[in-house]
Amino acid sequence: MSEIKQLETQILAAIKASDELAGLEEIRVSALGKKGSVSALMKGLGKLPANERASFGQQVNGVKQALNQALGDKKAALADRALAARLASESADVTLPVRPGPLAEGRIHPISQVMDEINEIFADMGFDIAEGPDIEDDFHNFTALNIPAEHPARQEQDTFYFPKRADGSSLVLRTHTSPVQIRTMASRQPPIRIIAPGRVYRIDSDQTHTPMFHQVEGLVIDEQTHMGHLKWVLDEFLKAFFEVDNVQMRFRANHFPFTEPSMEVDVRYKRVGDEVRIGEGDEWMEILGCGMVHPNVLKAVGYDPDKLQGFAFGVGIDRLAMLKYGAPDLRDFFAADMRWLKHYGFGVLDVPTLAGGLGS
Amino acid sequence: MKFTLSWLKEHLDTKASLEQICDALTITGLEVEGIEDPAQTFAPYVIGEVLEASPHPDADKLQVLNVDTGKGCVQVVCGAPNARKGLKGVFAPVGTYVSGIDLTLKKAKIRGVESFGMMCSERELELSQEHDGIIDLDTDAKPGTPYAQVAGLDDPTIEIAITPNRPDALGVRGIARDLVAAGLGTLKKDPLTKTKGKGECPIKIELDNGDQCPVFAGRLITGIKNGPSPDWLQQRLKAVGLRPINALVDMTNYISYDRGRPLHVYDADKLKGPVRARAGRDGEQFLALDGETYKVDERMCVIADDSGVLGLGGIMGGEDSGCTADTTSVFIESAWFDPINTAMTGRRLNLMSDARYRFERGVDPSSVEDGLHLATKMALGLCGGEPSKIEIAGAAPLRDLTIELEAKKQFKRLTGASLSENKIEKILQDLGFKVKTKGAVLTVKVPEWRPDVHGAADLVEEVVRIYGVDNIDTTPLPALSGVAKPVLTIRQKRVSRSRRLLAGRGFVEAVTYSFIQRPHAKLFGGGLACIELANPISSDMSSMRPGLMPGLLGAIKRNRARGVMDAALFEVGQSYRGDQPDDQYVSACGIRFGHNALSGAGRHWSGNTNSVDLFEVKADCLALLCQLGVDTSKVQISRDAPDWYHPGRSGVIRLGPKIILGYFGELHPGVLGKMSVAGAVAGFELLIDDLPVPKRKGVSHTRKALKITDLQQVKRDFAFLVDIDTPANEVVRAAQSADKKFIQAVNVFDCFEGEALGADKKSLAIEVTLLPIDETLTDKQIDEVASKVIAAVSKATGGEIRG
Repeated sequence: MSEIKQLETQILAAIKASDELAGLEEIRVSALGKKGSVSALMKGLGKLPANERASFGQQVNGVKQALNQALGDKKAALADRALAARLASESADVTLPVRPGPLAEGRIHPISQVMDEINEIFADMGFDIAEGPDIEDDFHNFTALNIPAEHPARQEQDTFYFPKRADGSSLVLRTHTSPVQIRTMASRQPPIRIIAPGRVYRIDSDQTHTPMFHQVEGLVIDEQTHMGHLKWVLDEFLKAFFEVDNVQMRFRANHFPFTEPSMEVDVRYKRVGDEVRIGEGDEWMEILGCGMVHPNVLKAVGYDPDKLQGFAFGVGIDRLAMLKYGAPDLRDFFAADMRWLKHYGFGVLDVPTLAGGLGS
Repeated sequence: MKFTLSWLKEHLDTKASLEQICDALTITGLEVEGIEDPAQTFAPYVIGEVLEASPHPDADKLQVLNVDTGKGCVQVVCGAPNARKGLKGVFAPVGTYVSGIDLTLKKAKIRGVESFGMMCSERELELSQEHDGIIDLDTDAKPGTPYAQVAGLDDPTIEIAITPNRPDALGVRGIARDLVAAGLGTLKKDPLTKTKGKGECPIKIELDNGDQCPVFAGRLITGIKNGPSPDWLQQRLKAVGLRPINALVDMTNYISYDRGRPLHVYDADKLKGPVRARAGRDGEQFLALDGETYKVDERMCVIADDSGVLGLGGIMGGEDSGCTADTTSVFIESAWFDPINTAMTGRRLNLMSDARYRFERGVDPSSVEDGLHLATKMALGLCGGEPSKIEIAGAAPLRDLTIELEAKKQFKRLTGASLSENKIEKILQDLGFKVKTKGAVLTVKVPEWRPDVHGAADLVEEVVRIYGVDNIDTTPLPALSGVAKPVLTIRQKRVSRSRRLLAGRGFVEAVTYSFIQRPHAKLFGGGLACIELANPISSDMSSMRPGLMPGLLGAIKRNRARGVMDAALFEVGQSYRGDQPDDQYVSACGIRFGHNALSGAGRHWSGNTNSVDLFEVKADCLALLCQLGVDTSKVQISRDAPDWYHPGRSGVIRLGPKIILGYFGELHPGVLGKMSVAGAVAGFELLIDDLPVPKRKGVSHTRKALKITDLQQVKRDFAFLVDIDTPANEVVRAAQSADKKFIQAVNVFDCFEGEALGADKKSLAIEVTLLPIDETLTDKQIDEVASKVIAAVSKATGGEIRG
């Protein structure tokens, strides 16, 4: 074996045996460095006869290449091993819990969620969302709504009053969202399509009554809207809200001072455990009141009841939330108990849309 | 209003079932609230005849009966002393739930002898307390006949809700009329007959109070024999919840329920002089039939004689002049009292009666004389006697109202449905309206018993309610546009976005009451007398809330009491600065309490969350502002937060000197103490109504073109020694304005105080980001900007650059 080959074999063995980057570098320097054993071979090139130089040079370069390759491979292998060792030392207990983050903690109250659902449905039918103050005067809460002074609804047992003012009148906490009808009609001209969701107040407190609760009022006024339209709007609303294909409604004649004819609407339902299934079963549950706006109400806002007509309805928002999402006690809605809010509340991304579905 | 099925059938000729009748009542507006059907309650009980009775072989007091139940004979062991051969009693078979002993009967072995059911006592059926023996009936009924039928207990009681507009339905005949119109039968002829009477009525009637009592009719009947009323009458009154008293009193109650016509009977021998309706006088009082003494005043209409007040007109009579079993002469009153005054009087005295209930809703004024005739006939039938002629003072306040109705057109206009004039006429006639049709116009005479009907719309309502809303077809509301247009106002959008943003930062939404206790309202700048409820449900809920903070603090207290120590709550809603519509404002309020932060709450292996502090909620508040479209680089922070915040650890977010957008900070420990809230609380309030409304730049949604460069940005750090009171934002603002061309951002990355700096100094370190525009910044350019930053900060704050 030539001297070159022998040298190559020797160095390759050393590379193979090397166990760390520093040692490897020493081998590289001792072989390929300026004073290295392989570099020294090249120095002898000049002493060779001219005809051997080419093949010798070629041979030495071959060795250099082989060594560089081996060094590179070994270096990569050592780096891999070192990395593997480091990674092994870095291993963590991946079963340790992480913080859930704010999106998982936050909640939207069921009333807000249901209001968003209602807005979504009625916006699609061309209704605006109107608002009015909670502290109302006699005119908007009663008189304009055709509720005379001696009507039982005006008596103290139902209505929260504020202290008598200098003129002898008292402001009230609105007992329904209907005053928003009056404010809306008084401030713009028909055609009108609005809903008015909001807080209302009555002196009452038990499992299904709280002194404050939420209603949504609906009002459509133009020259031709009739009871057939009213039935259609309610049917579409209830189907969309309860997300069922069919809702069977039953209209019972009733009496509200501000509508004529006045009806209460029952829906067919069935109770399965804690769940209320709307549109099934053979029991009836009262769900809302409605009617054609009373001519006296139209007159009170300066409309001509011979020309303009329309309907109004009122639904309890809390009640809708209870029916759809199954919270049994209305008082809990306003108790701000974190456990209740977490259980019945909605996630941030549960934004009700008609495209994506309302319920979550 | 309660009545029984058999009572209804005295006025209504019908083949309809109980269920059909109840459904029709509910749909047409007399909502059935309850049906009590004793036939159902007593359904399992049948007549059983004892065929044999022999002593029990193993018990002295027991007998073994062989009972014919109509469905074969069974053996029954019985302990009743009166059980004997031939007795007909009430048999309950195995499987019957016997309410009086709260037991469902099973086949039993009593002292070795099998027993298949039970012969019942009255107590076991809850008919009475009688338990000395089993029921012993004197009847021809065959074994197996339902007991309810034999005992006359098969008359269901129906209770309906009466809306305030339907006084006519406070009499059974009025209810029958609705059912006739609904197509359930025909109205039986009114059995009313008129009794002329003999001789003038010796008791005169005077009216001093024509507004409140415009008409008063009466008559005397002498030689009567009062006493308990007959069984049929007692049973009917009991069924509707009334206590039988004596024949004359029961007669008035019966007519009140039968016709909605209240009457009153006086023992004529106890009256002194004429009877008059007049205003009460201060100081007068009387003992009423309910055993209470009532003081009257001049606003009330009383019935009086020479001795004083006899009773309250249209509400309740007096004990002293009332009819008893010994009464031999009766004066019957049939009058009409003003609804509003009756209601006000009753309310003032907190006195409810069947008469008041009817008069305040409106009794048929045309029924004054007829009512008296009805009473006369019934009184004579029950008690005999000799009636005088009728005495009438005043005149009935008849409305005599006629309405012209373009029936078909109006019906179509309001309902969208078509109904012929004939059908409309039929419905109105069935309801007692007198109708003349001429072409398309119906001339409708309103019966006096319908004070709620004023005009054409009321008539259409009558027709609709009988026709049935369920029969009206639905009609789609015309769409206003193909794709629905957005409808929310900027404020409505902001309210909705606030909720989602805050929930996204880990807050849980609460909805708390709009009213809070006054001491709490005062702590938060409220407690104004004008928004203090005059009649609160409790003192804890008496003041309209001045802001959302107190309600949420109350929620913290309750949650902490349940062991929830670290959490974040928010509310978005209305509060009140006064009683006018403009005083109501909408804000968003968030609070963090205990150890709570955006990253999480409480302890965690990766690092515990610190106690809440002002910077956590400042971040919440600014994040919210930003998401509501406010440029937070334009707002200023001042230190003058309201009193409920920690004075040194709170801030006000302002836009210019006048507009306040919100507050944030740690809550004042003194305020928390007064509200009994323990632990650290930090919170913010954002005044949504006061946020600037973005100017709409036309309708374009196009954004400004973006200019960016590939050149690398450069960062330089500076540390300044400033006075300890120097607000950090002054340093930032000065640095920011040092060079508008290149300075992109200024970030405070360190802030510390220490003895080495001197007690009145602090060090603020900022990182300034420079952005090259056309070419890479040269060292010279960078140094120039750096000098400007140092100079600007120094000029603005007196701060020195630290070496």
